[in-house]
Amino acid sequence: MKTVPLTELAAVIRSKNAGPYELTLDIMFKREADYLFLKEAGFFTRELFARLYGIAPDQVLNVVHFDPAAAVKATMVRPLVSGALGDTDIYGAQQHAPLLALQVPSPGSGS
Amino acid sequence: MARHPYQVLSPTAILGYGFPEDSFRNGMDKKPDLIAVDAGSTDPGPYYLGSGKSFTNRLAVKRDLSFMLRAAVEASIPLIIGTAGGSGARPHVEWTLEIIEELARENGISFRMAVIHADIPQADVLDALARGRLRPLPPAPQITPVEIRSSTRIVAQMGAEPVIRALSLGCRIIVCGRCYDPVPFAAPPLLEGFDPGPAYHMGKILECAAIAATPGSGRDCVMGLLYEDCFELESLNAQRRFTRISTAAHTLYEKSDPYSLPGPGGMLDLRNTRFVALENGRVRVSGSRFIPAPTYSVKLEGVKPVGFRTISIAGIRDPVLIDQIEPVLDSICTEVEQGFGGAGRLLFHRYGQNAVMGALEPEKNVKPHEVGLVIEAVAPDQEQANALCAYARSTLLHYGYPKRMSTAGNLALLYSPSDISCGEVFEFNIYHLMETDDPSAPFPIEVREVGR
Repeated sequence: MKTVPLTELAAVIRSKNAGPYELTLDIMFKREADYLFLKEAGFFTRELFARLYGIAPDQVLNVVHFDPAAAVKATMVRPLVSGALGDTDIYGAQQHAPLLALQVPSPGSGS
Repeated sequence: MARHPYQVLSPTAILGYGFPEDSFRNGMDKKPDLIAVDAGSTDPGPYYLGSGKSFTNRLAVKRDLSFMLRAAVEASIPLIIGTAGGSGARPHVEWTLEIIEELARENGISFRMAVIHADIPQADVLDALARGRLRPLPPAPQITPVEIRSSTRIVAQMGAEPVIRALSLGCRIIVCGRCYDPVPFAAPPLLEGFDPGPAYHMGKILECAAIAATPGSGRDCVMGLLYEDCFELESLNAQRRFTRISTAAHTLYEKSDPYSLPGPGGMLDLRNTRFVALENGRVRVSGSRFIPAPTYSVKLEGVKPVGFRTISIAGIRDPVLIDQIEPVLDSICTEVEQGFGGAGRLLFHRYGQNAVMGALEPEKNVKPHEVGLVIEAVAPDQEQANALCAYARSTLLHYGYPKRMSTAGNLALLYSPSDISCGEVFEFNIYHLMETDDPSAPFPIEVREVGR
């Protein structure tokens, strides 16, 4: 299967706290067609995010496809509550990097 | 029935983040029905609720408020401030009131002001726990009475009901303690009979002001126009506009599920929401529904003290040391903590080596040419934290690791003094829903005549 970097298809890739106990990842696509292709391919799953971040799938609370914004959102349990001893990203704003290195099935490959 | 549309001016994403005067004037020229602003967030972490301090700057808050207060009084429209002082507990509210009273004196203006407190006494939370009316918001854990008693401060997010009561008492300037973010924007139109679905959804977007526009900004003004069954958004700066995508995308921001957004007393359901671009950079949003919950719950936020912190910052450039940095720091950590008899915790943050993502980092074995080290000591009081940090720093500075060539010192210390006392440290320990029979009962209202 041909793949392309997610960064070629996405306009926004970001992470942020959703409250002090959760970390949420947003991927917004430039073209609705690419978003729908990956949605229909069932590419974004709990297992995918668990693998990317080296955590158990049950730590990924949900993966939601949000059609109005052509966006995928995944929310996971924070390894440490925001600001707890040892936490290293109070706002959770720099936890998105693994997504920048992700290869996804190419919408142009027809497979 | 209410007239149309109800216009809400949102000057800035957080009170104190600022806004261009021109944008604000454009907003006032359109004769808004309300000025509302969110002044808080839990994002800056547990310290601010625990310490009673604001994460925003006093001069910046005063500057923003001076425009809003004068404009609201002159136009005889309400000004509502949500989550005053950043965390919305009593010291944060008092800090905000002092600024407002100062501005009233300096500008010779007078008004009737409502102050709505959101502090929840420990006894009430213990009582709710005993009566099975307290439940954790997963993934927050179950709570014990001991844990509740250890909290420094507990606040609850108020819904629209106490704000509506304050409006009914004839107050036009309303300062809220901790408050559900959309409430300052939604409460006045709810009082006028608007549908809570569009009203709360509009508030959700307006509380971040121009962050939902494009190009986004945390310091610019926008207007929300509320109709019976929908709302529209408009930028007050010609350089920005709302697009279908920018508006829909903002619905994802800092939420775990964009289709259902829980709040005090119910849930905002966005499964049938439609975003439609209009002319002139405006967007219309329709189909948002508010579904009341069978029992009314408010969200509690609480923190507890965990000690005092001291840090020291240094660089390491020696490749021999970087090669074995992990075992070296591990043995120093054990040695130093044991020397302190378990009274404190020592942490090393190695910037350049998984310091940002920690356990979540997929690239675990990168070898940088330099490492930025933060030595962190947390102990029961500041004196002990200072001692623990100093002891770790001096031990590391002269530590004789295998194959060491640079026998004069292992650290490029950034500053003199090398160690920084950071004060008290707090952790979130309450993040729970508490049921209440009366949505206004936990939030006492105080009416003050200002400038008279």
